[in-house]
Amino acid sequence: MNRRNKSLYSWAYLFMLPQLLMLAVFTIYPIVMSYVYSFYDWSGIGPLQQFIGWDNFYSVMTDRYFWNAYRNNLIYIGFTVLITLPAALLAALLLNLAYFKGKVVYRTLLFLPVVTTTAIVGVVLKSMFGTDNAIVNLVLQQFNLIKEPIGWLSGPYTSMLVLIGAGIWKVFGMIMIYWLAGLQSLPKEIYEAARIDGAGWWAALRYITIPLLLPVSAVILLLTVMNGIHVFDLVTTLTGGGPFFATDMVDLYIYRYAFGTGGFPQQGYASAAGIIFGMSIFVISLVLGAIVQLAMRRQRSIAIGKE
Amino acid sequence: MKRNRRLNRLLHLLLIPFCLIWIYPFLWMIFSSLKTNTEYISSGLRLLPQQLQWDNYTRAWGVGQFSTYFQNSVVITVGAVIIVTLLSILTGYALGRVNFPGKKALLFLFAAVLFIPKGYTIIPVFQIIKQLGLLNTIEGVILVEASGVHIIFILMFMTFYRTLPVELTEAAEIDGAGFLRTFLQIMLPLSKPIIATTAIMQFIFTWNSFFVPLVFTLNKPELRTLAVGMYSFVGEYSIDYTGMAAAAVIALLPIIIVFVAFQKYFIEGVSGSVKL
Repeated sequence: MNRRNKSLYSWAYLFMLPQLLMLAVFTIYPIVMSYVYSFYDWSGIGPLQQFIGWDNFYSVMTDRYFWNAYRNNLIYIGFTVLITLPAALLAALLLNLAYFKGKVVYRTLLFLPVVTTTAIVGVVLKSMFGTDNAIVNLVLQQFNLIKEPIGWLSGPYTSMLVLIGAGIWKVFGMIMIYWLAGLQSLPKEIYEAARIDGAGWWAALRYITIPLLLPVSAVILLLTVMNGIHVFDLVTTLTGGGPFFATDMVDLYIYRYAFGTGGFPQQGYASAAGIIFGMSIFVISLVLGAIVQLAMRRQRSIAIGKE
Repeated sequence: MKRNRRLNRLLHLLLIPFCLIWIYPFLWMIFSSLKTNTEYISSGLRLLPQQLQWDNYTRAWGVGQFSTYFQNSVVITVGAVIIVTLLSILTGYALGRVNFPGKKALLFLFAAVLFIPKGYTIIPVFQIIKQLGLLNTIEGVILVEASGVHIIFILMFMTFYRTLPVELTEAAEIDGAGFLRTFLQIMLPLSKPIIATTAIMQFIFTWNSFFVPLVFTLNKPELRTLAVGMYSFVGEYSIDYTGMAAAAVIALLPIIIVFVAFQKYFIEGVSGSVKL
């Protein structure tokens, strides 16, 4: 190793030092400790003393409320993904049309909910979906769609419905941009060739765009699912997990045990719940990844290959 | 071409009403913030206020303490943006320009951190901040907001610096410039667009953050950010609808302005996360 390289390397390490410190203290150490804490009966105050083995895990796994929150989370994720992915693709296809004027304006408007503070939006939506004299009910009554005002946030199904709707509205623009990025990365020559061969817009979409988008769609699917897991801001401010835990999510469940307002936090138990949830997300994304890979391999043998 | 123009018009006909409904919550919020509370309840579907009530804003700003919350949000956001951008530039530069031993392992570590199941890391972070004596301080909130590795930003800087020609550094070295001077005088200015993307994305993340400031200001109301302040405002003044609407406008207006002004950078950053 010559002297020039040696000094280069030291500079490189020096440059990375702050980030590596940050990584060690605020990422790696917390990951390790969240596993350690989960084996203790620990409130979060005072030293770690009471080692209880797998007891926390056992308690979480047998808690009805944990599974209720878990189920709600899956319902929320399922519906947002199933509706948002195709709808956002449609919007992206429209905004990708060469002759369509005014794309930037529409893109900005559709993207606006994404950049606005979720917690604030949750509060605003909460008052829009109120029961008496609230705007949503007033509009529906005006158009004679309903006779009596609906208690949107006081019924278990309607509050979940509002939550899913708000979640879709909030994430839609983001997914649309993902699709747009995918569409714009497709090679233009193929479309040119297809046009010469007499393929219409629909044929091009069916036989070129969709197969070629498949790899990107795997990434987008994963990003959308991950997005649906972190719903704390929206749920806390919009429904608070209510009425009576009907829209409770794992995020909120863990928060209550970790920083619960009751004044008796159980941070060991909360850590265990966090690990169980994290593990199951990990498994779900592995399974999703495998399914997508399989689908892609099959598609590749049918459609025209990219390479 | 004529067919295209007709299609164009049809699309506008569909999309204009759709987008109006789409952003209706924001319009409703703005107009409600200018009504009186009685008018808010009795005006039905009428969007426009009879007379503009700026009083709602004075109330939210003063009694609602949104002046404090606003200040906290600004300080925390600016602090986090500076730290994150700086760390990402430095790391990205080292990774992009130097083939140091252990580079592959480091990149692998970054990726691993992203994917492994993490558990509930906010609890250990809370304990660290407590031990550092930074609990219930604004510095503590900034540190937590800026913490972690921002892989997307680091990769953006890395790919950018890697693609710059070697001749640039060589020429600088012949002129007698060292590693640091080459970086500061030649490379750093070239990466302005990436710096802008990073800063704007981080600005939006931090400004919108709710969970971290909520946890770290639980016992210190005067450190609340706009998002946390809004949440507690609704709890305390549940019948002041128009004050709430005014507070929401105060909280959302800066982010909307920043987004509309710099959306090019933000959209690029978001698209980048799919392509990487």
